[in-house]
Amino acid sequence: MKIAYDLHIHSALSPCGDNDMTPNNIVNMAYLKGLNVIAITDHNSMLNVIPAIEVANMRGILVVPGIEVTTREEVHVLCYFSTIEDGMSFQDLIYDSLPNILNKEEIFGEQLLFDNEDNIVGKIDKMLLSSSKYSIGEIFNLVKIYNGVLVPAHIDKSSFSILSTLGFIPSNIDIKTIEIFDLNRLGDMTKALQQEKYRIIKNSDAHYLASINEADYYMDLDTLTAKSIVDYLKGGL
Amino acid sequence: MKLSSIADKLNLEIVTGPELEEKEVEGVYIGDLLSIVMSKAQQNFLWITIQTHINIVAVATLVDLAGIIIVEGMDIEKDAVEKAREVGIPLFKSKLSAYDIACKLKEIGI
Repeated sequence: MKIAYDLHIHSALSPCGDNDMTPNNIVNMAYLKGLNVIAITDHNSMLNVIPAIEVANMRGILVVPGIEVTTREEVHVLCYFSTIEDGMSFQDLIYDSLPNILNKEEIFGEQLLFDNEDNIVGKIDKMLLSSSKYSIGEIFNLVKIYNGVLVPAHIDKSSFSILSTLGFIPSNIDIKTIEIFDLNRLGDMTKALQQEKYRIIKNSDAHYLASINEADYYMDLDTLTAKSIVDYLKGGL
Repeated sequence: MKLSSIADKLNLEIVTGPELEEKEVEGVYIGDLLSIVMSKAQQNFLWITIQTHINIVAVATLVDLAGIIIVEGMDIEKDAVEKAREVGIPLFKSKLSAYDIACKLKEIGI
């Protein structure tokens, strides 16, 4: 079964996310674009995932519990979970490990929490763009404990990517899937990447509604569940 | 010491320098991990880094730094320069290393 996906979308909880990025707007845009599965991956928080799951249930779209963690080395990694319970336990650890630096809304933007009717039900004061206290290796192990999978984000970008920050993909963590922002840049990265080793996914990293993926990228799956997506990302080639 | 005087003495390339005359530098911080800079650097410090993306401007604004010196002749991304101009964070460039710039700052009494 061909599954159209976009597993990297920011809601208005991410300071850089547009305030139009509400659960209903995101899910309905994904619906219009013909996507089967999405993930709301805010920076160091999963607090808008549950309302998104509730909205998506009505549209027949799957939301995989996800989060974009900033490691201690300032590498952005996407973490996905089979169940919302595992995801929320993991997100609590990450959130608690962020330093107590207050967000400055006028510079970074608001960090909004929604319910499933797009009502603003709260704001997060702690700045979510800080890095967690865990190294990439520690995050990899934590994700494993919660039965999830770690995918390095936009490895071709010049900031906050595993290649720009560390210079290579460490061999002590068993990464099977990587995310790339611009598929045209793959060719330039052959050396750093040994890309034949990895499954490659292409997400939007959308901060605005219009940027969400069209139904152009597919996964081939037998069943459509969060677990089957996580297993696919764990599986590699 | 005034920022303009430092720029002059260290022969820094001014990328964008609004309010250069008024800024008084009270210390220096060197670092490339934004989260560390955010928690350790202090108001009116001059920040030396090799990072060049827009988030350095956000960090500098958050901490209220006097300015940023980008070393090793790194090319600064266009949106970072635009943002720095917009929010009034002076940006400088130097071909020297962070160590060499730090030594020179020490020599002139910072």
